[in-house]
Amino acid sequence: MSAPGGRAASSPLLGRAAEPTIFDLSVPGRRAASFRTTGMPEWPAEQLVPASELRPEPVPLAEVSERDLVAHMTRLSHRQYSVDLGAYPLGSCTMKYNPKVCDEAAALPGLLAVHPATPPAYAQGWLELMWSLAHALCRVTAMDAASLQPPAGAAGELTGLLLMRAYHRGNGRSPHKVLIPDSAHGTNPASVTLAGYQAVSVPSGPQGVVELGTLRRYLDDDVAGMMLTNPNTLGLFETEVASLAEAVHGCGGLMYYDGANLNAILGVARPGDMGFDIVHMNLHKTFAVPHGGGGPGAGPVAVTRALAPLLPGPVPARLEDGSFTWLVPERSIGRAHGWHGNALALARAWAYILANGADGLKRVSEVAVLNANWLLSRLRGVYTVPFDRPPMHEVVVSARGAGGDARPGRHGAGLRAVDVAKRLLEEGFHSPTVYFPLIVPEALMIEPTETESPETVAALADALVAIARQGPGPAAGAAPRTTPIGRVDEAGAARSLVATWDQG
Amino acid sequence: MGVNVPEDLRYTSGHEWARLEGGRVRVGITDYAQDALGDIVYIGLPAPGATATAGESLCELESTKSVSDVYAPVDGTVVEVNSELVDAPQRVNEDPYGEGWICVIDPVSPDALQSLLDPEAYRGLIEA
Repeated sequence: MSAPGGRAASSPLLGRAAEPTIFDLSVPGRRAASFRTTGMPEWPAEQLVPASELRPEPVPLAEVSERDLVAHMTRLSHRQYSVDLGAYPLGSCTMKYNPKVCDEAAALPGLLAVHPATPPAYAQGWLELMWSLAHALCRVTAMDAASLQPPAGAAGELTGLLLMRAYHRGNGRSPHKVLIPDSAHGTNPASVTLAGYQAVSVPSGPQGVVELGTLRRYLDDDVAGMMLTNPNTLGLFETEVASLAEAVHGCGGLMYYDGANLNAILGVARPGDMGFDIVHMNLHKTFAVPHGGGGPGAGPVAVTRALAPLLPGPVPARLEDGSFTWLVPERSIGRAHGWHGNALALARAWAYILANGADGLKRVSEVAVLNANWLLSRLRGVYTVPFDRPPMHEVVVSARGAGGDARPGRHGAGLRAVDVAKRLLEEGFHSPTVYFPLIVPEALMIEPTETESPETVAALADALVAIARQGPGPAAGAAPRTTPIGRVDEAGAARSLVATWDQG
Repeated sequence: MGVNVPEDLRYTSGHEWARLEGGRVRVGITDYAQDALGDIVYIGLPAPGATATAGESLCELESTKSVSDVYAPVDGTVVEVNSELVDAPQRVNEDPYGEGWICVIDPVSPDALQSLLDPEAYRGLIEA
């Protein structure tokens, strides 16, 4: 077999020495920028800034040369794991490789050099791009209209819930509760609370999905709606989704689709066909916008016809003569972003959709699901599989009982999820998501994504199997030993957080 | 190593314990809960005087794995909180039934504990 392209164990690191902090590099009086001083007038700060705004002492910033600053930052960057470096099976995050053609498209001068306040007549290209993207996202999700404004997934969730609220208000109702499965992402209850609703947790059944019989016990006319991720965070398709939607609609509620796992169903199944009314998408997951460093992401929200007049605006619209303009929906809930969303993230997503085409997008999901299923076939019997059904795009296994060791994890005897995650770093892979979803003890949530080759998925599986077979012990507890920084004291760091450089 | 379920306490299905002390109820989380949560790194204590409603969130615990609600086992008023936990949340891990107590509630009903799980029922719950 060929060598796995996603294994980063060869990543070169010149030395084992710790990188000094920027303050350690500081020399009093040294500056990163040197401007000409001859013939330039000088003003004392007191003449330029009101005394009340001046600090008595200068801020003690690090004083370094430009050369040392760049070298420091470059060395730090060499110590970062990234999608461009190797496989990044961080479950639920869809850390797939982002094709460079999308960056190229987003860097076109005609897109870059346009101010968001440019009158529509001079920004027709941007308007067409956004209109086309909104249109395509509606086609993928079987929705009728979309707003591209929300700049992140959580922003999309909040926007969707405010749309839910406005919809009920328009009908003269004010229900208080939003139902969320116990497998949901933590952002769901947070968004529900922020939107002024009460989050009610619905337990998953023994198959790892929400069952209609269970849901019915939570339904009454105080239910504003239900948030559902499908496939859910266990990587399982919510098989009863159509009847769940019917039941929620039956008591006047709306169905909210959390698009975190949309990467599993592109071109195969559509939220609108499942009965959802509101959908948010994470363009930075499914549509290959780079993420993982804090953004910028994009979390557009698409809705059914009934909710379209409420969308945040302005939205891009096409006039009868074929030109494009901005329109504010008639009963818009207001803005979800100061301008039109994270525009260059939107441009990347549109380039990704164009580059793949409808058949390519379907292939994305097919291969994502194939990779996850193939990985599970290698892990079954080695790791505990809590809900052993064919998964969609990601796999949730438990380190408890891994390698046939039945001792529980945390009491010090058995293998722990954190040990597997740290050992995997030594094998040249980013760690999977651990301890989530919360309903699985010692959970490892692994999402290989469609962009990893069979060789890489095989190498990842080999590494995971070897770690389980090796079991708990000093090697597992001491990992990672090959990274610039070894096992950190997470609890100690969180309990006594030092967030500033101590000058003392 | 087994999970410790003391005989003199009552329990909730959400893994809180309650101890009747002269008409008041001391509350904490169980050994099973602290083990499942992992290293506790932060606790947002309830405010003294706050109203506690059985089954609803009393405060939040944050571990290196997750943030979890602590649910009130009984209706009543919070009369005392364990402020030691602010600087030493690890007490909840080290001594969940002792120094890791969270708060004391003055219950609405003196026989409020009767509706909670006894040790045998709680043991059955966590072993299921």
